[in-house]
Amino acid sequence: MAVLNKMRQSMARSWSLYRSDFRSMDKTQIFLLLLLTLLAVFMLLPLVFIFNHAFKPLHELFLFPPTFFVRQPTLQNFTDLLQATQDTFLPVTRFIFNSIVVTLLSTVGMVILGALCAYPLAKHPFPGRKIVFGVILLSIMISVETMGIPRYIVVKSLGIMNTYWGHVLPILALPVGVFLLKQFMDQVPDELLEAAKLDGATEWQLLVRIILPIVTPAMATITILSFQTAWSNSETSALFMQDDAMKTLPFYVESLTSNLANTVARQGVAAAASLIIFMPNLIIFLLSQRKVIQTMAHSGIK
Amino acid sequence: MSNEATRVVRQPAAARSPKLKGSLGRMLQDKMREIWRFRLSYLFIAPFLVVFSLFIIIPVFTGVALSFTYFNSIEFPKWAGWMNYQNLFSQDVIFLQHVIPNSFKFALFVGPIGYVLAFVLAWLIAQLPGTLRVWYALAMYAPSLTGGIAMVVVWQVMFTGDRTGYINSFLLKWGLIDQPMLLTIDKDYLLGIMIVVSIWSSMGLGFLAILAGILNVDRTLYEAGRIDGISSRLQEIWYITIPMMKPQMLFAAVMAIVGTLKSGGIGTQLSGMNPTPDYSGQLFMNHIEDFGFTRLELGYASAISIVLLILTILLSRFLWMLLGPKEDE
Repeated sequence: MAVLNKMRQSMARSWSLYRSDFRSMDKTQIFLLLLLTLLAVFMLLPLVFIFNHAFKPLHELFLFPPTFFVRQPTLQNFTDLLQATQDTFLPVTRFIFNSIVVTLLSTVGMVILGALCAYPLAKHPFPGRKIVFGVILLSIMISVETMGIPRYIVVKSLGIMNTYWGHVLPILALPVGVFLLKQFMDQVPDELLEAAKLDGATEWQLLVRIILPIVTPAMATITILSFQTAWSNSETSALFMQDDAMKTLPFYVESLTSNLANTVARQGVAAAASLIIFMPNLIIFLLSQRKVIQTMAHSGIK
Repeated sequence: MSNEATRVVRQPAAARSPKLKGSLGRMLQDKMREIWRFRLSYLFIAPFLVVFSLFIIIPVFTGVALSFTYFNSIEFPKWAGWMNYQNLFSQDVIFLQHVIPNSFKFALFVGPIGYVLAFVLAWLIAQLPGTLRVWYALAMYAPSLTGGIAMVVVWQVMFTGDRTGYINSFLLKWGLIDQPMLLTIDKDYLLGIMIVVSIWSSMGLGFLAILAGILNVDRTLYEAGRIDGISSRLQEIWYITIPMMKPQMLFAAVMAIVGTLKSGGIGTQLSGMNPTPDYSGQLFMNHIEDFGFTRLELGYASAISIVLLILTILLSRFLWMLLGPKEDE
């Protein structure tokens, strides 16, 4: 509820600002606005559909011509989603639970590991720093998706198949996160650290008391980044989990929809499930978009 | 302990290493001492580096090693030399006739067009008044949030093959077609649909980086430019905006390349078939998965991933030359 209130407030605030903005706009700006509105509508249409789809009762899903907006919204699809698995021995709540555990662990882990790693990379001239950062920079260009087979071998030989570690550890290896944090930490003035050092602050205190409060935008960004990666990740389930009880929600939805192409059956359920996957991503981004854009300004590869 | 480390942190390197032209042993000893001074730094970066090595470095090297073997996941890998690569480029008809042309077409459209589109959109959004910006940026960025499975559901609903699908119903209504088309399993349409869907969902981190870069350009530069004779907005973009935000452009370009070359699942997911109908949507990733997880020829699949990896790095390097920091900067 607090979240909703905050959003409502910020929307109200920006609405009152809009009106003053509109008055000060010239003709080209209004033209731009129209053009962008068209594009934005195009970008958002599919999302609007899916939102409506998820709340449509069965008979509306089969309607011809198809309707964009739901007429009699119902939660039927969501209850169907819950019941779809009640015949088998694993309820969908189990996958949701797995997803929540994996996402929480990976997000917290990534924030801690990322901050710990980015700080020396930005501020300590230790021998080998250039090499380490160079390798991290290079690895941004490697898509881990292509490395499925060797990663499978690594996970298997570590003995973490079918455990939460098997989900979390591969997600933690997110070089983009460390890269963004390091670029942002570069902006923290050295004089500030010097002063704190004179006052006898330890390295740990420097990181926690001085660096972290300054780089909160970047921290928020990598929180979102690892949250999204973890929450919509189905790869680790497909590759490293043989035990169905250890699989995550996106993987379950994938299996639910694998035969969905060109049929309407179960589209409602699939829409409901993908809405569950999509909404947390959207909300967490909405709450911190300003910080993200602030961080991305320092994303440049220099 | 940590105090000692902090004290040396900011001293210039020259001050730290004593003047020595002595033996190799002395130099080594000194190096070791310097490393010991920074032990805390190493401790800090260690946890990430462990995970990073385990799941990125080691897999890359394992992949390279496997690509020179015959490996069926049961027996121990047998050395095969360049065999996998030779077969890939001389005998693999599917790879040569479908995967390469498809990937080329797909990458050409999604990569450069998606990138230019991201820049144009970001620039247009940056011209808007501040409060509006956020919401338009969000509208462009939201599709990339659907990533993976949610995206497929979204588009399957749109492309449903009978008349209840949105696209089909729309085309029927305007009399463009007489009968509903099975769009996503038609080999003539699949690749096109994949391209549209990929561009739609490609406004991710790279797009945000470009937007932030444009917003960050110093306003006074534009005024200075006007005095120096820049007359149009296009000139402004070309002479001021782009040069000022090269680093962000490079980051976005790298993200675009990686994002484009790693996509593959989308064809299978849209059509619901693997391999895709008549291999019309077969990309590098599908080929890797086909050999790696269906035919269990892991050595061969690794060879394909290594080719893809080298391609990604070469392309990124090429862009680095275009946009990266120059010697004199």
